[in-house]
Amino acid sequence: MNSTVVTYLSQSKELTNIISWLTETLGFDATSLVAFIVFLIVSLIIVGAMATIGGLGTYAERKISADLQMRVGPNRVGPYGLLQFLADGVKMILKEDIIPSSADKFTFILAPILCMVGVFATLAVLPFSSGFMLADLNVGIFYLVGMASLVGVGVFLGGYASNSKWSMLGGMRGASQIISYEIPSTITIISIVILAGGLSMGALIGGQGGLPHEWYILHNPFAFIGFFIFFIASLAETNRAPFDLPEAESELVSGYHTEYSGMRFGLFALAEYIEVFVVCGVATALFLGGYKVPFDLGSGALIVEKLGLDVMLAKNIGQLLELGSFFTKTLALYYVVIWVRWTLPRLRVDQLMTLCWKYLTPIALFNLLGCAVWMYAFDGKSIYSLIFETAATLSSGH
Amino acid sequence: MSTFNLDVYMPVVILIALALLVAGGSMLLGSFIRPHHPSKLKETAYECGEEPIGTAWANFNVRFYVIALIFIIFDVESALMFPVAAVFKKFNQIGLGGTLLLSVLTFVLVLVAGIIYCWKKGDLDWVKSFNTPQANYGKKDK
Repeated sequence: MNSTVVTYLSQSKELTNIISWLTETLGFDATSLVAFIVFLIVSLIIVGAMATIGGLGTYAERKISADLQMRVGPNRVGPYGLLQFLADGVKMILKEDIIPSSADKFTFILAPILCMVGVFATLAVLPFSSGFMLADLNVGIFYLVGMASLVGVGVFLGGYASNSKWSMLGGMRGASQIISYEIPSTITIISIVILAGGLSMGALIGGQGGLPHEWYILHNPFAFIGFFIFFIASLAETNRAPFDLPEAESELVSGYHTEYSGMRFGLFALAEYIEVFVVCGVATALFLGGYKVPFDLGSGALIVEKLGLDVMLAKNIGQLLELGSFFTKTLALYYVVIWVRWTLPRLRVDQLMTLCWKYLTPIALFNLLGCAVWMYAFDGKSIYSLIFETAATLSSGH
Repeated sequence: MSTFNLDVYMPVVILIALALLVAGGSMLLGSFIRPHHPSKLKETAYECGEEPIGTAWANFNVRFYVIALIFIIFDVESALMFPVAAVFKKFNQIGLGGTLLLSVLTFVLVLVAGIIYCWKKGDLDWVKSFNTPQANYGKKDK
């Protein structure tokens, strides 16, 4: 049931051999030890990949914004300016670390670390593919919602600890915005959980298929609206424009991280860009079929049947296809996030709160009820299968 | 057979440790090579070049407090709704969907009642309109 990277690898002979060899040599059951080592290696890979994606995110942001405004964008460091994020990282490490003398030093240092912890912990349940997943927790999405709200704490603490008026205003706005928009996004998640019948990422994606009509976004009209609510709320939760009030450059200098310099600021930025990727991944998993590949290619059964390849090799190819599917959808959403940022003007605080409490939350509640009634009335069938079945019965009647 | 294996939570601990490592490591790495010339002026809080007046830890706007209160109610309600949502499909398959639908309905109705109350009270408005003579000064009588 639990489809983590360890259970996937244990299908191959090599891992079982290693476990039995270690058990003999060490004299105790080495299953957990091997699991730990595998998890450690895969975590390092994922963190490395995510740091690169976060870095490339800053590059993509600048390049796409340049594209949208008919500029060239960064093009000096490396081919097409691709290594710009490395140069930025080196610059940030080299910058002097300034902590205001009036700041609350302990919380000041703690805040970016909290952001990092909150974002990195969510990576554990992010479903990259059916095999390449760190932990398929049975409380998956609930855990993710909880961990992601640590970022809000980090943002507020950062603003509070700086003891600067700009930071304080940014932190207050950030906290109120993040907690407010958590409501519509959580309620939308609940309505998808009702459709899927489980909290784990495996269960959430398992109910969907590879082709668009099997995705939850096209399952019923309520889920369709739910996707947009979730996406808007996610934009606000990650402080992305048009909801970037906590760091509004033109009014609050740079909001909650005004006093942060060097690598501490870098940690905030890195956490933000990885979080954008994470929420895009969650939107993909919940609404866009996650890692599912059309025609069940991911399990590798079809590849074995048609091409006659080795079972394990076919499974690995299937995993690669699933990774490709997940990353394609997620990065497409990532592009939309950046696109939205450079298209829409920033909201005012009162408009922000109006949008959340007077529009998104009531609509999300309505969607929740709608999904529940749909499940009850149509036995969990999607709108596509309903139309298909009706057409089939009509044609057989004539 | 249901065995609860804590191994499942191993990656969570590893990732949190890695987050601390990345944050601590990059700061440590920087401390060897970055300059360190503190001065009194550099360490003052930024206030557009002026000397900061007072502290930023003053009383903050009460609107944030109201929003936090509304949030807590909604957050607890939605946290309580997760278990119901998780078993909805299973219960529906064994014919108990009506019961669960009713419970979801009750929950949501409580939330809707709450949001209508807040809306009527004007707590959802950022600029709350008080029906006082001062606030209505110069406005048309309705």
